[in-house]
Amino acid sequence: MAKEALPVAAATLTDPPPLKREKPGPLEYMRRWPLQLIVGLTLLFLYLPLITLMAFSFNDSRRNIVWQGFTFKYYEKALGNESLIEAFVNSLTIAFFCTIASVILGALAAVMLWRFRFPGKTAVEGTLALPIVVPEICLGVAMLVFFARVLPWPMGLPWPFNLGAITIAHISFAFPFVATVVRARLASFNRELEEAAKDLGASEWRTFWDVLVPHMQPALVAGALLAFTLSLDDFVITFFTSGPDTITFPVKVYSMLRFSVTPEVNAASTILIVLTVVLTAVGLHLQNQAPKEGKA
Amino acid sequence: MQQSWKQARAAFAAVAAPPLLWLALFFVIPLAVIWAYTFGENTGPVTIDFTGTFANYARALEPLYLGIFVKSVVVAGITTLLCLIIGFPVALAIAFASPRMKAWLLLLIMLPFWTNLLIRTFALIAVLREQGYVNFALEWLWNNASGFMTLAGMQPLGDYEPLTLLYNNTAVVIGLVYVHLPFMVLPLYSALDRMDRSLMEASLDLGAGHMRTIWSVVVPLAAPGIASGVLITFIPALGAYLTPDLLGGTDSQMIANVIERQFKRANDWPFGAALSFLLMYLTFIAIAAQALVQRKAERRA
Amino acid sequence: MTDVSPVHTQADKPAAAVKPNPIISFEGVTKRFGKTVAVDNVTLQIQEGEFFALLGPSGCGKTTLLRMLAGFETPTEGRILIDGKDVAPLPPNKRPVNMVFQSYAVFPHMKVADNVAYGLKMDGLAAGEIKARVGDALELVKLGGLGDRMPDQLSGGQRQRVALARALVKRPRVLLLDEPLSALDAKLRDQMRSELTSLQEKVGITFIMVTHDQDEALAIATRCAVMNRGVLAQVATPADLYEFPNSRFVADFVGSVNMFEGVLERDEQNEAMVRCNELSAPVYLDHGVTGARGSTVWVALRPEKIEMHKRAGGEAPKMEDAPAGTNVVAGVIRDIVYLGSETNFEVELEGGRRVKTFRSNLTRYDQEDFTWDEPVWLAWHACSPAVLLS
Repeated sequence: MAKEALPVAAATLTDPPPLKREKPGPLEYMRRWPLQLIVGLTLLFLYLPLITLMAFSFNDSRRNIVWQGFTFKYYEKALGNESLIEAFVNSLTIAFFCTIASVILGALAAVMLWRFRFPGKTAVEGTLALPIVVPEICLGVAMLVFFARVLPWPMGLPWPFNLGAITIAHISFAFPFVATVVRARLASFNRELEEAAKDLGASEWRTFWDVLVPHMQPALVAGALLAFTLSLDDFVITFFTSGPDTITFPVKVYSMLRFSVTPEVNAASTILIVLTVVLTAVGLHLQNQAPKEGKA
Repeated sequence: MQQSWKQARAAFAAVAAPPLLWLALFFVIPLAVIWAYTFGENTGPVTIDFTGTFANYARALEPLYLGIFVKSVVVAGITTLLCLIIGFPVALAIAFASPRMKAWLLLLIMLPFWTNLLIRTFALIAVLREQGYVNFALEWLWNNASGFMTLAGMQPLGDYEPLTLLYNNTAVVIGLVYVHLPFMVLPLYSALDRMDRSLMEASLDLGAGHMRTIWSVVVPLAAPGIASGVLITFIPALGAYLTPDLLGGTDSQMIANVIERQFKRANDWPFGAALSFLLMYLTFIAIAAQALVQRKAERRA
Repeated sequence: MTDVSPVHTQADKPAAAVKPNPIISFEGVTKRFGKTVAVDNVTLQIQEGEFFALLGPSGCGKTTLLRMLAGFETPTEGRILIDGKDVAPLPPNKRPVNMVFQSYAVFPHMKVADNVAYGLKMDGLAAGEIKARVGDALELVKLGGLGDRMPDQLSGGQRQRVALARALVKRPRVLLLDEPLSALDAKLRDQMRSELTSLQEKVGITFIMVTHDQDEALAIATRCAVMNRGVLAQVATPADLYEFPNSRFVADFVGSVNMFEGVLERDEQNEAMVRCNELSAPVYLDHGVTGARGSTVWVALRPEKIEMHKRAGGEAPKMEDAPAGTNVVAGVIRDIVYLGSETNFEVELEGGRRVKTFRSNLTRYDQEDFTWDEPVWLAWHACSPAVLLS
């Protein structure tokens, strides 16, 4: 790439600023083929395996090595697989409760750090960052021991309470992410808005609800989405905190992977991919629709 | 205008209590328990005695396990390096693309990140195995080249030997790079996007070629971003579980796999705890190193 | 710290009737942030119906004083009384004052009408009455009919009016304004100046304004307090601040001034004489100065009080109200700045000191046309300089 870049650079240095179809300027890397090639190859590398996985979910072949024909039957199998459906419902439930709790805890933590000075604040900030930084396996192991020895989660609880251990573990590692997102948003808050509300007679609670929460709203949505995706996709922590009667979707797919690799696995995976992508798209769309705030 | 907690005690308590209590109960305590376990001993199938022994740490540092630590660090290091080599040009290209393309490219790069790790790793199996797509493609090329050479009157190539790309260290590295590449691109892009373009233009204007400019101007300026990217690629790669588990062979175990075995199969919780904590210490060392690099780079800027 | 105008009273300026009732009283108020003293032992009374200005450079403590009144800071020492009652136990949402913030702080996610109604909602008024009062308030600030707009659809000036309406609709005893004109452009600033004064007259309540712009304070306020580094420098009407400053700081801060250091040579009941190193002639005053003979004083002479005459090699002109050889110095014009309606001159005196003065351009062709390097006489009346002891 170096050898091509140099003469191109020399040639374009004397060029006039690029018009529509003119030669690209010296820094417009995307318009020149070496980088276009690299980016293209990278995207290919990233997407080809996923696309083939999705494509082969329609493959009419049990061993799923060579394409043999188009069929929906593995989707039918996947959708009819009771334990798979149960695992999926479990995952959704856990993700739902995890999201609600994470958003509340994360928002409170963000407000606490943003608004107050207090002794030990640096230590608290560090501790809040730990779940983000510590390797998942360490967290998973810690949760396993905790729910086995310290706070044994009662067995045989009815659904959804039997998912409690997993949900608690998910909340613990998700809410610091939410806190980070919300805190970034709070940094742009004009404190005088809070003071104005108080000046007009609002109590602490009303000020929080009427003025601060509307400002946080885009971050709350983004945080909720983040928590939901983190929970839905999680494998390691769930692997350590789930039991035979509390299987989640990724764990179920994992065991399917280890034992029988039929297109059914592809089908289940494709469903999960589509779900995640749709959710993220919805989230991005909502974020772009956030109320525009001028300099009020 | 932060206020002291004393000025609004009720509000502070309302806001601080729930997250702090949760953190203490469901995060700090579990970690503390694990830490205590590192000093314990198995005294029976389900009982553990806290004897304050360092034996677990000692065992973790034995050649067998030390070797696995070293190998994990090496694998994570290679992964990070590859991600950097591939990710830097990509980030550069995106940072200098037109605004419209920028948004699309970023989305395209980040989309795989949002799909499940398990699925992404699984997808690679179909690609890397002996009857996988890479081998299919290579075989097709091989056979065509062979046919071509026959046409040209040369000896044909022999039978195609499929590459063993799966269930070994190579597969693990490829898998880790595949999974962590978006992690590296984002902070790199961030740093490059924020960089002052006029410095690059000045360098080009003074006669340096593109590679020189990138090496001597762009890289130092983007150093904090590079450090960030390296960190958030290295740490997850170091503690990876799924990728070595699904793609690796018997000799491609990484630390996380060993830890899992201690807890799920070998039932040696104290030893597993010691291994976990050693992994955590490694993580903290990496973070400290990055912070140092960051501070040096900021001082220079 | 004079509190009442000494000799001259202010020229009649239309203003709201000031009732002799101290509605706000600061008693020995001090505020410390750690080691920094932001407000140092301020004692001040503000009468009902005044348009009062707190004036001073940034960091002088004026905003801190205002915030303590509103309840957003608590005094480290001292008391604040509103209507004779100590407000220390009252949090900001319970005080009978309302504030218009520097950034206006209009709630961006609420319509204009909802913004204005917010305070009334907090008071628990009936929906019908809220609607009526909001409508009246919007009419008052000339935003009638814009109730359904969102704040990001309004201009800066309009948003300020929303903030004003929002505060006034609650009918507070005192309205606080934090740098109300600083964010507006020049034309809008002039417009808002007169609107604020007429608003205050119409509504009839006490307005307290914080500003660093002395033009603003002089133009709008009925009385000003000048603050410097947490201390009250002087509290007086704008005219008294300008003509009778009590210190070098005030003389320099309010308006432009030529300051000369000198020694008090003669001090009688109705005359005094100061000899300054930088002036070739002594300064003669037609009033006494309370100071010790031989002590160091400062003479403050405003540019508009200095007359300029051409010096074509003759005798110095004699001022009728001063002995010969006083209140006249020789100089050379070194800098001319033409401003259309007037021309500013900088004149270099014999000792090298430069003095500012100006002339209104009274006619289109000036017969006495002054130019660069022109030798001139600078003269002033005996009542023009102010002598400052600190």
